[in-house]
Amino acid sequence: MSGRATRKARWALALAGGFGMAVWPSWAQAHLVTTGLGPLYDGLSHFALTPEDLVPALALALLAGLRGPAHGRRALSVLPAAWLLGGSFGLAAHGGVSPVVTSISFVLLGGLLAVDARLPLYATTMLAALLGLFHGYLNGTAMAQPGLGALALLGIVVAAFTLVAVAASLVAPLRAAWTRVAVRVAGSWIAAIGLLLLGWAFRPGA
Amino acid sequence: MRRVASGAPAAVWILLQLTLLGWTSAAYAHVQQGEAGSFLTGLGHPISGLDHVLAMIAVGLWGAQLGAPALWLLPVTFPMVMALGGMVGLLGVPLPGVEMGIAASAILLGLAVMSELRPPLAATVVLVGIFGVFHGHAHGTELPAGQNALLYSMGFVAATGCLHGVGIGVGCLHRWPWGRKLLRAAGAAVATAGVFFMWRAAA
Repeated sequence: MSGRATRKARWALALAGGFGMAVWPSWAQAHLVTTGLGPLYDGLSHFALTPEDLVPALALALLAGLRGPAHGRRALSVLPAAWLLGGSFGLAAHGGVSPVVTSISFVLLGGLLAVDARLPLYATTMLAALLGLFHGYLNGTAMAQPGLGALALLGIVVAAFTLVAVAASLVAPLRAAWTRVAVRVAGSWIAAIGLLLLGWAFRPGA
Repeated sequence: MRRVASGAPAAVWILLQLTLLGWTSAAYAHVQQGEAGSFLTGLGHPISGLDHVLAMIAVGLWGAQLGAPALWLLPVTFPMVMALGGMVGLLGVPLPGVEMGIAASAILLGLAVMSELRPPLAATVVLVGIFGVFHGHAHGTELPAGQNALLYSMGFVAATGCLHGVGIGVGCLHRWPWGRKLLRAAGAAVATAGVFFMWRAAA
């Protein structure tokens, strides 16, 4: 085969490949209920796509990571367990909790992170337990209505466990001053969001 | 040369694939459209007014001039204090002279950058904190109704933090002599703009 014919064949291959890749994408399903992934993955996705739960859990993970591996391990064990417990109560209770709890989580955990609070281990344990119980309860009550049930709750717990494991283990070894400052700046942003949320919650006419 | 020539079709092929993949337009999942809109509205709000933008960037510039610990203390403090002001504004608590306070913040921060002022750290933090309350209050009273509160707030705080980041990034020029002069000139420009804002607020 001559060089010209080879080049033509390559171009044809390139065009065919490009066209194939362009028409390859399938439909993007925006609605979780139609993904067919099942309640476990719906729970996982719910946690990943819900900043009300994701951000406070991230703040706790960063806070525990800043305090060191012992705090990180404690948060990793207590938060998912408390989330599961709170969620189980929520599934059974069908009662509501004021969404202001979310704002308080943001302000408290973000504020502690911003000031780099030197918390003892029992305080990290308490914070993880309270966060898990309250947010798990909120998730449980929300999931009870569409009947997603325990599997979705388990998905949320798995997602929370993964987040804490990844975030705390990334932050725990940080030693350079600027890296720890960056984590504290993230805390100040989280606290600021919480303060604005409180304002939104109590604004006249809300 | 021969190897380069023979490798050219592969490069063209990769470029073609990347072009085709990058050609696709954004896919809007309509269920979240309103919430995504809230985030973008929040993201755009702090940069919608030049008075806010200049003051936020000036905070970063000043922090860069002052160096550590002010360099990181100001970006940690300002968002929280500003959000506190925003909360007060949202609650409907009046704060007199907000527009003048914002203009004064541009004037004083600009002058501080221009003169490379180095007050005690506590005074710096308190001064920036007071300005933060004015800026936050103005934002709080202007927040549009009907937005997703959390996503709006996230966008709002992120944009504010990024403006500080821009100021700190530009402030890194401080390490060179010509950069110092440039920063001082920028401070003078911010102060001049602040005088204009003050004149407009008083008019």
